[in-house]
Amino acid sequence: MIRLTGVSKTFDRTIHAVKDADLEVAEGEVVVIVGPSGSGKSTVLRCINLLEVPTTGTVVVDGYTLTDAATDLDHLRAEVGMVFQQFNLFPHLTVLENITLAQRMVRGRSKEEARAMTMRQLERVGIPDKADSFPRQLSGGQQQRVAIARSLAMEPKVMLFDEPTSALDPEMVKEVLDVMLELATEGMTMVVVTHEMGFAKAAADRLVFIDEGEIVEVGPPEEVFTNPSHERTRAFFDKILY
Amino acid sequence: MSDYRSTRDGRITDERPWWDTFPWWSVIIIAVLVWMGWQIVIDEDYALAWERIIPGLGLTLRSTVYAFGIALVIALLAGTGQMSRNVVVRNVARTYVEFVRGIPMLPLIFTVALIIVPEGTDLLNKRLEDWIGWELSLSFEMRATITLAVIYGAYMAEIFRGGIQSIPPGQTEAGRSLGLTRRQTMRSVVLPQAMRAIIPPMGNDFIAILKDTSLLSVLGALEITQRARQFSASTFKFREGYFVSAFIYLCLTLGLSVLLGILERRMTRDRKGER
Repeated sequence: MIRLTGVSKTFDRTIHAVKDADLEVAEGEVVVIVGPSGSGKSTVLRCINLLEVPTTGTVVVDGYTLTDAATDLDHLRAEVGMVFQQFNLFPHLTVLENITLAQRMVRGRSKEEARAMTMRQLERVGIPDKADSFPRQLSGGQQQRVAIARSLAMEPKVMLFDEPTSALDPEMVKEVLDVMLELATEGMTMVVVTHEMGFAKAAADRLVFIDEGEIVEVGPPEEVFTNPSHERTRAFFDKILY
Repeated sequence: MSDYRSTRDGRITDERPWWDTFPWWSVIIIAVLVWMGWQIVIDEDYALAWERIIPGLGLTLRSTVYAFGIALVIALLAGTGQMSRNVVVRNVARTYVEFVRGIPMLPLIFTVALIIVPEGTDLLNKRLEDWIGWELSLSFEMRATITLAVIYGAYMAEIFRGGIQSIPPGQTEAGRSLGLTRRQTMRSVVLPQAMRAIIPPMGNDFIAILKDTSLLSVLGALEITQRARQFSASTFKFREGYFVSAFIYLCLTLGLSVLLGILERRMTRDRKGER
C-alpha cells in the first residue's frame, strides 16, 4: 500500500532530517514509528502524503508514484488521511462543517450525503451530539476525535497519525487511543508516530525505530521492545520503558 | 499582576472607581466639537467659512471611497502576489511594496500624478487612437485618487500578507491533507480566519486615506483642505478657515472609528476565544 524508497529530506541544504529511508507498509497493516524527539519520525510520516516533499527518493501509495511530477497530488492526498498532534480543526467552522467541507469540495458529495457520512463517522468516534459545536467548545480529546472523523469521512485508504495524543491532557489519551485501536481492528492501514508504547504493543504489526533520521530497526513490537538487535534501540527503550 | 489601589479604610483593592475608568477624553473632544458647531451657528465669519468649505466634502468622500476601493484590489493582488510560487510575480509584488513604502507620500503624489499617470495615459492613447479613435484623459482629481490608491495599496498589501501569515501553517496542512487544492484551502480555510486579523487595520487605513485626501490639495483638487486654503487666503480669516476644516475632519474620523469599533465588537462576539 505504501512504499518509501531511498527517501531523504534535507532542510536548508544542511540539516538532514531523514536519511535514505526505506519502508513498506502492506494493506491492512498497522505500523508504529517510535524514536527520540527530533529523530525525524514526523518527517518520515509527512513524506508519505507529501506534506513534506522529499529531497530525493520515491514515495508510492496505492500504486501511484507521488514523487512523480505527473501525479495529481491533490487528488491522491484525499486517499491518505492525516491526524495531527495539534488537531488542526478549522476554528471558524462547526464540527459538522469541518467534516463536510472536503467531502463536498473534493469528493463532490451532495449536502445530504456528506451530512449522513459525517454523522456516521461522529457515531463511530462516539460524539454524534457535538455536530453543531465549534471546536473551541470541545475538550482536547473530543477535538482529536473530530479530527479523526474528518479524515475518515473521506474514506481514505491509509491513515497517518502524527503524535495524536501528545497534546492531550492525560485523562483524554485513552478515548483517542480506543478509537484508533478500533480502527486498527477494522483493518485500516495505519502508520502511527507515537510515544504510547501500550498502543504499540496492542495494535502494531510492526514497530519502526528511527534515530537521527535513519530507520535503525524494524520488527514485531514484542521483539523490538524486549530483544532489540541494535544498541541505539536498546538505549532508547531503557530510557522510556519501566 | 493586576493593578491595585488603597481604599479609605486602609485596605487595598483591585476595584477601580468610576472616575478612573471613565473616558474623559471623549467628553473633551465632544465639548470641543459642540463649541465649534455652536460657533458656526452663531458667528457669521465661521458660518461663511463653513459655507465655502463644506462643498469640498463630496470630493473628499468620493476620492476616499474610490481610493480605498482601488487600493483594496491592488493590495489583494500585491499581498497574495508576495506569497506566490511564481518567482516573477513574487518579486514584482515585493518591489512595488518596498518602493512605495519607502518614499514619503508627498513626493510620491507629485511623481505619480504629474509624471507616471500622464506618461502612462500618453502611451496608452497612442495605441487607443489608432484602434478606436478615443482618448483617455484623467482629471487631476482622478490622478490624485489613483495615486492615493497606489500608495495605500502597498500598505494594505502588508495587512493582507500579515493576516494570512498569522494563520498557523497547520491549518493549511490540514486542508491540503484532506485533498483540498491550494486555492480551495486559501478560500475556505485560511482567508475566512485571516479576515478577522485583516478588517480592523483595514478600517484604520480607510480613516487614514480620508485624512490623506487633504494631500490632494497640492494638486489643486477642490476638497476640504484646498477650499479652506482658498477661503483663508482670500478673506484673511485663517482661524475660521482651518478650524472649520479641522472640525469637519474630526467629525468624519471620529464617526468612522465609532462605526469601526462596533464592527470589531460584532466580529469578536461572533467567535470568541479561538483554539
